[in-house]
Amino acid sequence: MIEYTTTDDNPAHEDALGPDWELICGLEVHVELSTRTKLFCGCRNEFGNEPNTNVCPTCLGLPGSLPVVNETAVEYAMRLGLALGCTVQRGVFARKNYFYPDMPKDFQVSQYDKPTNQDGQLTLPDGVVIGIERAHIEEDTGKSTHIGDTGRIHGATSSLVDYNRAGVPLLEIVARPDVRTAEQAKWYVAELRSIVEALGVSDAKMEEGSMRVDANVSVRPVGSTELRTRCEIKNINSINSLGKAIIHEAKRHIDLYATGEAPVQETRHWDEAANRTRPGRRKEDADDYRYFPEPDLVPLVPTDAVIEQIRAGLPALPSARRASLATAAGVTPNEVALIVERDLDALASDAIAAGAAPDRVLIHAEQSMADGSGALTAEAFAALVRMETDGELSSTQTKDVLAELIASGGSPADIAAAKGYEAMDSSELEGLLDGLIADHPDEWSRFCGDDTGDAKKMAGFFTGQIMKATKGQADGKVVNQLLQARKG
Amino acid sequence: MPDATPRGDADPITRDEVAHIAKLSMLDLSDEQLDLFTGQLAAVLEHAQDVEALDVHDVEPTHHPFGLVNVARADVVVPSLDRSEVLAQAPDVEDGRFRVPPALGEQP
Amino acid sequence: MSSANDEATELAITDPETAIAIASAVRAGDRSAREVIDTYLDRIAAHDGTIHAFNEVLVDRARARADAVDDTVAAGEDPGPLAGVPVALKDNLCTRGIATTCSSRILEGWLPPYDATVVERIEGAGGVVVGKTNMDEFAMGSSTENSAFGPSRNPHDTSKVPGGSSGGSSAAVAAGFAPLALGSDTGGSIRQPAALCGVVGVKPTYGGVSRFGLVAFSSSLDQIGPFSHTVADAAAMLEVIGGHDERDSTSIPQPVPSVTAALDQGCEGLRVGIIKELSGSGAGDHGVEGIAADVQARVTEAAERLEACGAVVGEASVPAAVYGLSAYYLIAPSEASSNLSRYDGVRYGLRVDGPSTAAMNTASRTAGFGDEVKRRIMLGTYALSSGYYDAYYGKAQRVRTLIIQDFAKAYEQFDVLLSPTSPCTAFELDAKTADPLMMYLNDVCTIPSNLSGDPAMSVPFGTGADGLPIGVQVLAPMLGEVDMFRTAAVLEHEAPAGGAAA
Ligand SMILES: [Mg+2]
Ligand SMILES: [Zn+2]
Repeated sequence: MIEYTTTDDNPAHEDALGPDWELICGLEVHVELSTRTKLFCGCRNEFGNEPNTNVCPTCLGLPGSLPVVNETAVEYAMRLGLALGCTVQRGVFARKNYFYPDMPKDFQVSQYDKPTNQDGQLTLPDGVVIGIERAHIEEDTGKSTHIGDTGRIHGATSSLVDYNRAGVPLLEIVARPDVRTAEQAKWYVAELRSIVEALGVSDAKMEEGSMRVDANVSVRPVGSTELRTRCEIKNINSINSLGKAIIHEAKRHIDLYATGEAPVQETRHWDEAANRTRPGRRKEDADDYRYFPEPDLVPLVPTDAVIEQIRAGLPALPSARRASLATAAGVTPNEVALIVERDLDALASDAIAAGAAPDRVLIHAEQSMADGSGALTAEAFAALVRMETDGELSSTQTKDVLAELIASGGSPADIAAAKGYEAMDSSELEGLLDGLIADHPDEWSRFCGDDTGDAKKMAGFFTGQIMKATKGQADGKVVNQLLQARKG
Repeated sequence: MPDATPRGDADPITRDEVAHIAKLSMLDLSDEQLDLFTGQLAAVLEHAQDVEALDVHDVEPTHHPFGLVNVARADVVVPSLDRSEVLAQAPDVEDGRFRVPPALGEQP
Repeated sequence: MSSANDEATELAITDPETAIAIASAVRAGDRSAREVIDTYLDRIAAHDGTIHAFNEVLVDRARARADAVDDTVAAGEDPGPLAGVPVALKDNLCTRGIATTCSSRILEGWLPPYDATVVERIEGAGGVVVGKTNMDEFAMGSSTENSAFGPSRNPHDTSKVPGGSSGGSSAAVAAGFAPLALGSDTGGSIRQPAALCGVVGVKPTYGGVSRFGLVAFSSSLDQIGPFSHTVADAAAMLEVIGGHDERDSTSIPQPVPSVTAALDQGCEGLRVGIIKELSGSGAGDHGVEGIAADVQARVTEAAERLEACGAVVGEASVPAAVYGLSAYYLIAPSEASSNLSRYDGVRYGLRVDGPSTAAMNTASRTAGFGDEVKRRIMLGTYALSSGYYDAYYGKAQRVRTLIIQDFAKAYEQFDVLLSPTSPCTAFELDAKTADPLMMYLNDVCTIPSNLSGDPAMSVPFGTGADGLPIGVQVLAPMLGEVDMFRTAAVLEHEAPAGGAAA
């Protein structure tokens, strides 16, 4: 399906392949759309039901049945297309003919030469742009379970077919082969997943199969512009596996070239347990699909008004959200990627706008909110960070208070007071230090001496003593300032 | 649609081609049938050559006599079939599923 | 199956009752639906052994339905416009819990879990389904000899074919087994058997009647339509089955035209064109060949009668129509090759086992399909396959555009067009089975309307030199059913004696 042209403006290099070889990778992602019903019939689009209970004449391909397209599936497809900057155009369904028991009609209805979405792009957090060739609508197949001695296709004694998934709407997003590192491939999929989630068009769970990633992998000598034989890797079940599978496959190609051989174009499967790809059984005559326009369906012709309405309803997308928070915090978009992924960017932006120090806001969001921000409000977050930067709370105390704010909300000042986290005023600390100097004159002189290593050690000693005396309530930074000042 | 390798001329369909399309069609033909069908298909295809007299270069194909577009349904659940009624028609069933001999080869 | 020992027996009904008369008597309580159905079941029992119009006669179910209609009348309610009217259904229309075979071994015994839209509408209108009629396997044929269950015979001469592929339905009406029947028309499969059996047969505008529940042959060409003794009965049936259906994406989103109201409008001032390319007058020049002289004579006579009744008659030209056959025999098999892929032995129908799914698929299809179906699947697979698509399927779809354009030009000058329905009258069994191309030529006059999507119908108009019925085809532009039925009603009235019309 990929029209194999690369835009070639991605200078990144996959180090795992050594300096002489360049990775060329194109990704095809199938996303199950989270409509209530299937693409061409009113059966429930639901995962996990009893086998063959969500079926009707149409999705079973019974003689005489006809498809009628689900308007929500089309809308979701256009939503994602617009979010990827695609041209949304006249879409025509076609039949892809091949025999397989998963497919009730022995043809798959898909968009072929006239996909709803054409020519877009996806910008990775590091700014690299991956071209999108198309994002087309198609129907999913049923599911076969192979039973027999091995549980695998090979050696199975029979297969059992469940058509609950047959006819579930899919969007297939075909990227141009612009990816140059395994890391970029992972970013691409993570980014696509965030977009899909932000749009609310799919669960996008790789583990449950509602998002499926195939990687087309080839390599070429650095500096060349040729495109060599590619292999399509299927059965990749997580973003981590994607990275491993790509590198494994690319190395396999390099090894073959090194021995004067060459890879053959084929579909291969990622074997997670063995950490390698394996060839699939090749299907004879598999590539003559005899596509032709699906005569039981009519073209989808979106009007400008519909396209604009959908465009206007698009939520802010991860890349825009990263840019916005990055600007507010004065950092690069890459540095806020995790916060946006956790949906904490609005909270962080608001806290910064309320006067909280950006660096502390980002650090707390990254370190303390892996499970979300709970009951924390932007006002409380800002107030807390101000207390911290004003020296009223140590960083440990700040973390404690933050945990409680996340768990049950409230005012940071009240929580700090209840915990007895009253800021030591300097006179109290000075008094403590006077006593310590008197009790430990040797240590003090070592602290004041020329041996910087030893001085550092003694600084630790005095700080520890003060912390012990204050039960950790003193701010380490303040104590250090005090020590340095006394040293003169 | 598939690449536009123009069919050069009125080359009759060959026995090998008929054997190939029988395979694509999941049909098993005997030698006699292969011979018979090759001749019969060749005759029909030869008759079809009469359209070569027409210049259709600038003519758009018609896939649909009535030019409807945007026919769609609301995303509303409709009751599915009763499973026992569906499976009652199947040649072989196990555990609520359709049973088939092992499916070899890859699904594209 | 050979005709050699067959005697030419005449079993056509000579004084058929009309569906309209039956319905009005049943609705008025003057006749019981049960008595009506029993009369027809008796006639079926007496003669269907010879005709073989039916794959299955639904004796008990039909009686139960008739009783239900009578109960409705007794309760003071109206069962609908087809109250108590026996209807025969072509065996490619899905009927819930009733075998729907398409006259194929591969679907033998298959019980659909749902009804076709037309079946719902007929029963909703009080019609009584009497049985499922024989056909060419998957509607591929023009003689009903391609049935896996043996051929049907022409009631006018049982040594002759009834035409096809809806030959069981046309024979059922002609033999008096039901006053109404439904068929499907992909390339003439309603009109040609109607002509050969001396009954009325209508192919409505594509999209005018829902295809939901019609087992697909060629999706962009298939249309369901009625068979009847009279034009008025066909109009009544069309009004019941026609109109929008949201389960068919290609269904026209408009109500069915009110054709019954048009029947007594006459043809004063109607502009009628004889299609020269399909009527023998241009044969050997720019027209199709092989139109029999007696058939041509009847078309000319029909035009003269229309003129005498006030129509303005002229010669129309639809030059691309002669290429219809070639385009059709690429488009229809292409779509069929895909539509028939689902018969793989997995979910329903015949299974012949094998060591792998693919082997099982192949064994099942090889055993389940007859030769004509195999030929067309292969022809279509070839026309769609890589490298041949543009030369065959793609080109055929462009020819289709030309045919539509040529019809459009003709309809600037004419309201309706005339041609023969079939190039010849009913032929002997086995006369054309050895040569598929020769069989295909039967559809030369009917195919253009399938490609254009326009409505067309066949009206009995006298007999040929052999005494067998001849049909005249009336063609109209898309959604032009009103003018088509007006013309047909006049032809029916003016038909020469010996025509089968009532
Ligand atoms: Mg796909
Ligand atoms: Zn369904």
